[in-house]
Amino acid sequence: MTTIETPVPRQTRRGGRWSLPDNGYRGLLAVTAILFGALAVWFLVAIVLQAKPAFATLGFGWIFGRVWNPSHGLYGLLPFILGTLESTAIAVALAFPIGLGTAIALAFLVPSRVRPVLSTTVELLAAVPSVVYGLWGLIVLAPIFRDTVEPFLTSVLGWTGLFNGPNNGPSLLLAGVILFIMILPTMVAISRDVLIVVPVEQVEGAMALGATRWQVLRKVVLPGARTGILGAFTLATGRALGETVAVAMVIGNSPYIAHSLKSSAATIPSLIVNNFGESTGTQLSAIFGAGLVLLVIGILVNSAARWLVWSTGNDSAGVELGR
Amino acid sequence: MTSVLEVPVDPIVERRRAVQAAATASLGRRKLGSRVALGVCWLFLVIAVIPLVALVFYVTAKGLPAWNAEFFTHSTTPEGVPGGGVWNAIVGTAVITVVATAVAVPLGLLCGLFLAESDGRTADALRFTADVMTGIPSITVGIFGYIAIVRNFGYSGFAGAFAVGFIMLPVIIRAGETAFRGVPRSLNEAAMALGARRATIARKVVVPTALPGVITGALLAIARGLGETAPLLLTIFGNQYLQWNPTKPMAALPTLIYSYSSQPYADLVQVAWGAALLLMAVVLVLSIGSRLLAAYLRKERR
Repeated sequence: MTTIETPVPRQTRRGGRWSLPDNGYRGLLAVTAILFGALAVWFLVAIVLQAKPAFATLGFGWIFGRVWNPSHGLYGLLPFILGTLESTAIAVALAFPIGLGTAIALAFLVPSRVRPVLSTTVELLAAVPSVVYGLWGLIVLAPIFRDTVEPFLTSVLGWTGLFNGPNNGPSLLLAGVILFIMILPTMVAISRDVLIVVPVEQVEGAMALGATRWQVLRKVVLPGARTGILGAFTLATGRALGETVAVAMVIGNSPYIAHSLKSSAATIPSLIVNNFGESTGTQLSAIFGAGLVLLVIGILVNSAARWLVWSTGNDSAGVELGR
Repeated sequence: MTSVLEVPVDPIVERRRAVQAAATASLGRRKLGSRVALGVCWLFLVIAVIPLVALVFYVTAKGLPAWNAEFFTHSTTPEGVPGGGVWNAIVGTAVITVVATAVAVPLGLLCGLFLAESDGRTADALRFTADVMTGIPSITVGIFGYIAIVRNFGYSGFAGAFAVGFIMLPVIIRAGETAFRGVPRSLNEAAMALGARRATIARKVVVPTALPGVITGALLAIARGLGETAPLLLTIFGNQYLQWNPTKPMAALPTLIYSYSSQPYADLVQVAWGAALLLMAVVLVLSIGSRLLAAYLRKERR
């Protein structure tokens, strides 16, 4: 005769022994959360404190000074602020229509068999490091721009006055185009995500009324996805504003206000990277001040973007993309 | 007999007819407009795909010739000296990424767990902070790394890891929170009904269930950290020699690509292409791998 032994669930006992009491567990989580919050505050305070001497010596006017010439004590940031805004403007002016059109094509037009492949490819390209884009821009695109694209644009659009001066290769235009290519995957992936969540009943309703495919997109899908698209656009803008190395590699880095799209220029990030090493005293503090200006712009743009993406209820967009 | 035909006209039917007639009359125009607009979308798709494909193609075509045994085993040589590889930069990038990951992933996941279990003003503020921090210019994080670490301890791999980890942290927090929140409430409640402690529930229920999302998020954060260049330019200083010790200045692949790209020496540019291909390949493998792994883990569970 055999006795049947009931095995004691070992897991239960181990679970009890290994676990923190509830308040200990909540405490641990709260401490890490506070640590993160403290880190974020430290980040902001550290940069503000380091930038303070520049504001103390130069006042606030230096932010809008037109000349950057440290050996004469001139630390005008305006050329760099303009360079940052102009290169970003070129990038988003290209990325908005092209990215939105691509997102529409990916969401509704491409045959469903190729759709996942194309979508994944675009999302993967968002992860390619920016220094790789910069290398490609500098070595492959710059000669093409100098010899083909810039002469062509000059002959076609020269009358606008935007294309005066010699053909450079590295230029404001090339920086804008590289940024456009870099932010395109972000723009496309998030726009596509918000386009496909528009309720299918609304789309079918419009189709049943006899609307053409474009009318359905124009009157139903795009209005429904408007906020999310705006959020994608703003996130992409933020990424273009803060990009450092890819821009520093292709913009030519000259500290003057650009008079033409073919001029070399500089942005706040490229100013920081190029001058950081040899800076001391007021100049170093001015560099930190430039970083603070950039940070403030970045925080404003990203707050706006998050708010817009949040308000569509699309919680994870952007996080999954990493940028 | 005529009285039957003189039934008053129904205004709704009349309106319907008018709309139908207008729709039929404009059908050709609307169809053409639709075709043109959708054609433009197709065109934009092609315009978008060309540069992205060209980039991958060029980097592969120019980078592959640089790959040989020496490239992966020898350290960089000074300009003009032939040969050499990027072993020191590979080691630097690996050490910096491992250190950054070892700190940022546990911290980020605990924070994500906190956010997943909390609602309220503090949690909202932290969530918003994390979201904004995923998008701040990375060069400013480099400045922070310089102020916080380099000023006090000198240029080092640790300073670079600090900056890279700082960039990875918010990405992991938000990805972790999204994954933890996806765990069904019923599972939580069942565990609570069994009398389990919250820590036990987290360890036995929440984390295992959310694992696919957690792994994807962590791998994507690592992929992002690997390619960060700007923060490293201000923190690691670079090193021509092999250096395993993260308390010393180190080399890294992204900074090597950056500095070699503008060199007038063809062999250094060649090394930059090889390093760019390596970096791109690793990042793509991590991104694709994270997706496949997550898909596999989800399938396994069913």
